[in-house]
Amino acid sequence: MKTTSTSGAWVAAIRRDRKATFGAVILSIFLLVAIFGPLIAGDPQALVGVPLQPPSSEHWLGTTGQGQDVLRQLVAGTRVSLAIGFAVGLCVVGVGAIVGVAAGFFGRSVDAVLSLLFNVFLVIPGLPLAIVIAAYLPSGPFTLGLVLVATGWAWNARVIRAQTLTQRKRDFVAAAVVAGESNIRIITREILPTMTSLLVAQVISSTVYAIGAQVGLEFLGLGDVSAITWGTNLYWAQNDSALLTEAWWTFAPTGLCVALVGFGLAMLNSGFDEITNPRLQLERAWRSHLLGLGIAPSRSTPVTVGHE
Amino acid sequence: MSSDRPDRNAPLLQVRGLKKVYAPTSGFFSRKSTPVVAVDGVDLDVAPGETLGLVGESGCGKTTTGRCILRLIEPTAGSITFDGVDVRALGSRDLRAFRRRMQIVFQDPYGSLNPRLTVGSALHEPLAVHKIGDPSDRPDRVAELLRKVGLPTDYTHRYPHELSGGQRQRVGIARALAVGPRFIVADEPVSALDVSIQAQVLNLLNDLQEALGLSYLFIAHDLGVVEHVSHRIAVMYEGKIVETGPTEQVVGDPRHAYTRALLAAVPRIRTGGRPKPVSGDSANR
Repeated sequence: MKTTSTSGAWVAAIRRDRKATFGAVILSIFLLVAIFGPLIAGDPQALVGVPLQPPSSEHWLGTTGQGQDVLRQLVAGTRVSLAIGFAVGLCVVGVGAIVGVAAGFFGRSVDAVLSLLFNVFLVIPGLPLAIVIAAYLPSGPFTLGLVLVATGWAWNARVIRAQTLTQRKRDFVAAAVVAGESNIRIITREILPTMTSLLVAQVISSTVYAIGAQVGLEFLGLGDVSAITWGTNLYWAQNDSALLTEAWWTFAPTGLCVALVGFGLAMLNSGFDEITNPRLQLERAWRSHLLGLGIAPSRSTPVTVGHE
Repeated sequence: MSSDRPDRNAPLLQVRGLKKVYAPTSGFFSRKSTPVVAVDGVDLDVAPGETLGLVGESGCGKTTTGRCILRLIEPTAGSITFDGVDVRALGSRDLRAFRRRMQIVFQDPYGSLNPRLTVGSALHEPLAVHKIGDPSDRPDRVAELLRKVGLPTDYTHRYPHELSGGQRQRVGIARALAVGPRFIVADEPVSALDVSIQAQVLNLLNDLQEALGLSYLFIAHDLGVVEHVSHRIAVMYEGKIVETGPTEQVVGDPRHAYTRALLAAVPRIRTGGRPKPVSGDSANR
């Protein structure tokens, strides 16, 4: 009952915020394409015509260097790329949250060891490491996901550790200790719920990272080149010398999709920032109220009543 | 008359030589600092049903003392005996069970309630942890707790930000009462509240003490407040107890120079003689 009311509140909040609505619409379209698109579009591997045909009424986005339909490949790639992107986004934040909360909550030697670990991972440049790991492991979406989680979790862990440190010092955590709550219960019931907005924001930005990095690695040929994803579409386009042959339709649609999904997620994220920050929300409401009264609003913090 | 049962007049809580030293931080780049002795050999006794006021200025170690007794902070040395149990010897599992008997009310009613939990779930939590009552009758217990602290029972669905400071403090008191403790550390429970609300909360604490036979360690920096609620007062200065005794004696006949200085700092309304009425013709006299 409680979860439906809070998710209902989130939906309402997204609809109130123009940026978030925009991001949510873009993302919904891509999700629909990812789920139902491959059922409608047909076999992406099928050789359907003459290679490197420009867009026509028969093949809306033209054909690839192998004579496959670009639109079908784009749709098939959407499913795989988004699945990997969101899965990696969730895992990155999951691992980061577990390590960060453990470090921040237990402190002392646990903190020392875990902090050392994620500081080392932070210093290692992510993409080069990903390239090295991906080159040694058997290629495939699972390997790719693993590589992206391994190189992406550390920053989240660091942020969540800092947040846990501040929450742990609060009196309500001391009250929970005195109430006899176990450490696990304190973490899951008292500390993590205060970070929901942070975690949601992290999942979104980590997904952006995951999609970008995944496409990048696959473009370099470090993914499974026989699979059909956005990254391999670009890889084959470059392999078939798309730029030399001026076959723009083999790479532009995929590139545009990567950019659009990233843009949509970023919009959703900045919308969430306003949704979950009561001060920003009040400021916006107050400014529009003043404008309605014909008063030019200044940059100021509105006067509020008793809020933390 | 002598039996194995503890003496009725024996203290419920006995603290001896309590000490908390914060070790110096030393790093490669930082100069070695001296250790900070926050609590320096404190002895305290609290009898059943008694309020011991612990008074002193900010930073004298009052709060650290209170939290050490509850083992929210691990003391460096000393003994804490509660109802015959050596509190410092308890393992983490025993300690969690033992916490039913000792609770705490915090100073800051804004920080002491989780902003994401409703009043109802905040009060339900300790009941669930200690498996008090059937899950089915816990809502009734929560309502009963709200009634005890003088809040409407439909407040269970409210979030802390929908309550005033005084109401939050009442929720904090209800949470402490949930597990049925015998002893409560009240850590400056009214210093964050308006004066008019202070009196209400102090009266509530007094009523609860009478109804439930609670003992309090009442920590405050305001001698006026402590004087109002305490049976006995301990005055703390720089980590040490400099004077302790019944309230009338400490306030009426302070022995220690620090207590006298503290008393002199309390604003008082002089009540010598009846106030004279001001009337229109007073100017003629």
